[in-house]
Amino acid sequence: MTAVAAPDRPRRRTRVPAVVWAFLAVPALVELAMVFWPALNSFYLSFTEWNGLGAAKPIGLDNFRNLASDDVFRGAFENNVIWAVGFGGLSVLGGLALAVALNRPRRGVGLYRSAIYLPMVFSLAVTGLFWRVQYQPDGTINTFLGAIGLESLEKQWLANPDTALYAVLIAAVWRQVGYVMVLYLAGLKSTDPTLDDASAVDGASAWQRFRFVTWPQLRGVNTVVFAVTVIDSLRTFDIVWAMTQGGPYHSSELLSTYMFQQGFTFLNLGYASAIAVVIFALALIFIITYLVRATKEEAA
Amino acid sequence: MTSATLTPVDSARAGEPAPLNRRKRGWGFHAVMVPLTLLWVAPMVFVLVLAFRSFDDIAARGTAAWPDSFSLEGFQEALGRGTMGRALWTSIQVTVPAVLLSLLLASWAAYALSRFRIPGRRAILLTMLAGNLLPPQILLIPVSRVMESLGIYDTLVALVAIHVGFGLGFYTFVLHGFMRSIPGELTEAARIDGAGPVQIYARIIMPLCRPSLAALGALATTWIFNDLIWAITVLRTEAKLPVTAALLNLQGGYVSNWNVVAAASVIAAVPTAIVFFAFQRHFVSGLLMGSTK
Repeated sequence: MTAVAAPDRPRRRTRVPAVVWAFLAVPALVELAMVFWPALNSFYLSFTEWNGLGAAKPIGLDNFRNLASDDVFRGAFENNVIWAVGFGGLSVLGGLALAVALNRPRRGVGLYRSAIYLPMVFSLAVTGLFWRVQYQPDGTINTFLGAIGLESLEKQWLANPDTALYAVLIAAVWRQVGYVMVLYLAGLKSTDPTLDDASAVDGASAWQRFRFVTWPQLRGVNTVVFAVTVIDSLRTFDIVWAMTQGGPYHSSELLSTYMFQQGFTFLNLGYASAIAVVIFALALIFIITYLVRATKEEAA
Repeated sequence: MTSATLTPVDSARAGEPAPLNRRKRGWGFHAVMVPLTLLWVAPMVFVLVLAFRSFDDIAARGTAAWPDSFSLEGFQEALGRGTMGRALWTSIQVTVPAVLLSLLLASWAAYALSRFRIPGRRAILLTMLAGNLLPPQILLIPVSRVMESLGIYDTLVALVAIHVGFGLGFYTFVLHGFMRSIPGELTEAARIDGAGPVQIYARIIMPLCRPSLAALGALATTWIFNDLIWAITVLRTEAKLPVTAALLNLQGGYVSNWNVVAAASVIAAVPTAIVFFAFQRHFVSGLLMGSTK
């Protein structure tokens, strides 16, 4: 992935052998059949009414009109915004702070890093169950609150519409921070340490060195982290499904869980596809951001 | 848990003496990091302890109490009637072929795109990558229909197929970046000696790609093993569900048997944790692929 591009001058004159076309065609066809063809179908289905039996009935923009007046959809949309900001903000702040703290090698750093990104290897479903256990009425969180004299704060975290979304959010952040930390650690590696040392000699404080020397050098990583986090938060499904299934009373519903319910529980396939198209439209701008970044990397 | 250096680059700078002002703050650093690390691992330790407690102990004294029993009944129940044992086997049957096929097909595409002048190769590469970035929601309903029309709905073949198809774009992109960096002289020399494109792929390119294949393999294993949404999209029969989906079913069936739920989560978490520790270095470099340089 580095700039040591292979000089392809000698190959320029040769034609592409047939077997190489086959090498490309097989994977391309698999992806076409499993990804692009289904994606196109979703767009078509979003303009229809269909319960999976018989033919889909085209109904124009009705699904989207209904979405606009669907309170559950609006709630899920708002929750998704809260989710993107909370999940993104907390995991970026936490990951960045930890990366800066654990950047320089010293005793114990390897152990701290391992501990912090270990949760990342668990599935979101496992993470959800790990935290369900903590949140249940006599679980660790309530017990801890009771032990430090804050009984009044004890709650049924996941059964309470006011707290369910945030309870799930904390669990998701716990898993994501390690990933963001790894990305920032890599970003910090590619910064120029002599700049930092030089500004330290000039008397810059730790905060000034971070803000004016390190931070500007992290711009590339920031773009990636931003795009990845937003794409991830629009995709978020497993952890909510494992912890609350969007409840109670849709209080932790996200677009993805609402789409799944409409599609696979109620078999409103057209309506569910319309929700999927909305998710896609929201993700699109960030997908493009990521691709532009990838193109730059390719060109480098 | 080892304190192995996680990023190889570290060792390069480890030799330098730390600046004095940093050394002074050493105690403060650990005073913050030790509690934070403990807080971070606490949920895992708690679930692990819970999994080894007996039902009676938990029923009498609550989940958060100090353990007063040691029992394997949670694991026995989860692996047996809770079907986690069967689900684990299902997951292996899905993960192994899906990872191998993904890497094989991706290496073909990456080879073709990186070593030959295929018209529009950059556009093809980025389109393939874009497919992996799509939100899965836009694919779920049509994918289940495609599987039905192929006659493989509700089979593990369908699950392998969608994992391969959806992951390909990303794996191709990463391998392409690596293959492009292999000097042209190597393959040119082989070509002059009469090696065809297939031989060059098998004898030169693939052996050189071993590090990135290992990294991608570690990453793909955890992704596919941890998947939930594709499993519940293309499978209907409960007996065919892989680990994550079976875990959620089990949770519904053992609402207040916290030791069984905890044991089942541990069972679902252990394989990826093993992959993580065995391939720690690969895993981290895998995560960085395609995201930063």
